[in-house]
Amino acid sequence: MPTSKSFFFSSLGKKFIMGLTGLILVLFVIGHLVGNLQIFADPEVINQYAHLLHSMGPLLWLVRAFLLLTVVLHIWMAVLLVIENRRARPQGYEGEHTHRASYASRTMKFSGIIVLAFIIFHLAHFTLRVTHPEYENLRYTLQEGAYAGTEVLDVHAMMVMGFQKPLISLFYIFAVGLLAFHLRHGFGSMFQTLGLRNKHWGGVIEKTTITFAVAYFLFNAAIPLSVMAGVVDNENIKSIDDSAEVMTLPEDDSPEQTD
Amino acid sequence: MNVTLKVWRQKNANEEGHFETLEARNLNPNMSFLEMLDVVNNELEAESKMPVAFDHDCREGICGTCSLTINGQPHGPGEGVASCQVYMRSFKDGDTITIEPFRAKPFPVIRDLVVDRTAFDKIIQAGGFVTVRTGSAPDANAIPIPKETADLAMDAAACIGCGACVAACKNASAMLFVAAKSSQLNMLPQGQAEKDTRVLKMVATMDEAGFGNCTNQYECSAACPKLISEDFIGKMNRDYLFANLRQKFLRRKKKI
Repeated sequence: MPTSKSFFFSSLGKKFIMGLTGLILVLFVIGHLVGNLQIFADPEVINQYAHLLHSMGPLLWLVRAFLLLTVVLHIWMAVLLVIENRRARPQGYEGEHTHRASYASRTMKFSGIIVLAFIIFHLAHFTLRVTHPEYENLRYTLQEGAYAGTEVLDVHAMMVMGFQKPLISLFYIFAVGLLAFHLRHGFGSMFQTLGLRNKHWGGVIEKTTITFAVAYFLFNAAIPLSVMAGVVDNENIKSIDDSAEVMTLPEDDSPEQTD
Repeated sequence: MNVTLKVWRQKNANEEGHFETLEARNLNPNMSFLEMLDVVNNELEAESKMPVAFDHDCREGICGTCSLTINGQPHGPGEGVASCQVYMRSFKDGDTITIEPFRAKPFPVIRDLVVDRTAFDKIIQAGGFVTVRTGSAPDANAIPIPKETADLAMDAAACIGCGACVAACKNASAMLFVAAKSSQLNMLPQGQAEKDTRVLKMVATMDEAGFGNCTNQYECSAACPKLISEDFIGKMNRDYLFANLRQKFLRRKKKI
């Protein structure tokens, strides 16, 4: 007799974990997007928000550890399920035919792997700042609230500076596009796996999935696009750029003098 | 009409299979696909060659025995039909038609286009029944059942167990079959006593057989000759989750 112990090792159990971790990650990316959209407000707003998150201390690390565990479980289950699926169909069809499986659903593995690569780059870029250590020099003094007078990392300036590089912006837009594509199948699929879909809700879930995927992409893409178009700018960077130019000028001249 | 067939030939599960090209000539467009194969086999026999082995029984779409993958589509072109309900008029004169068996590890090839679907029988034996004292038929209206519930249960019960869902699934998953066979009883009052054990045992047996996992692409439902809805998979997921939760938390209470 199968017991609850075997739940997490069963096909449906593994799928359930996929769906549940997917739900957690969807909620996270929505929260993350809402946080990021504060870039359109005064730099004070997003810097206050970033400082609030950073001041949580151990709680922030708890949330980070939980998210890491969620991502690891999501990938682990995906790998197990894919291996089983491959084993179940050792020989394919000569005349491969697709009735209705969407392109997004058939490319989940690839969109997932590329999004994972993007997440690693994104963490190195903005969270750990190892790819661009100069971001540390962007400082901002909070003006309002309980933290007024505190000097913090200027997150607004960092984002603007990051997205002023067209290649990085394009990579971000491409990656959120792929994530939106991944969610185009994953978001609706989650309801089915968690047993929350039937014929009454099927249509609503499908429409919500498409709307969500498109909206998620557009709102995300709006951030680098606005920076590149100059709609969102930052005074802090300009002063740094100016001083950097002054600093580099004599160095550029020196080789010519020696010639 | 004339067509060229590219047929899968395989002596048994242990030997490698291969495609063989056969010509089917002077066909009547109103012949069924299986009748066309009969004509081809008659000619093969006349030449003292081994006929193409394929499964068939009722030839009217209700027994679920025929199991051909025609041009990559389980049960061929047309919605809601079994291989035996496909007619030659669905093809054009001179077409090349690829015929393969249902492909899945739990469905080993017995010969040519015939596969062993014992895995499905094992799943049914695990829980696709109600334990009741049989005898004379009970009074039809002894147990009142809402019309909507009876209709839904009937939709699930339309499953003929042919295995097209497994064949069509990109992952060779049997979840539409298991969902239909567990739901048809789980929705009715007669099935309530064994509701939890039914879904737990059927899913466990399905996993043991080595079927793949559903990725919610619903190819199964599109290929199903009875057009069974993927909604039943959602119900199975729900039933399985609650069955596990009840096993975990309510079992002790029931013993007291």
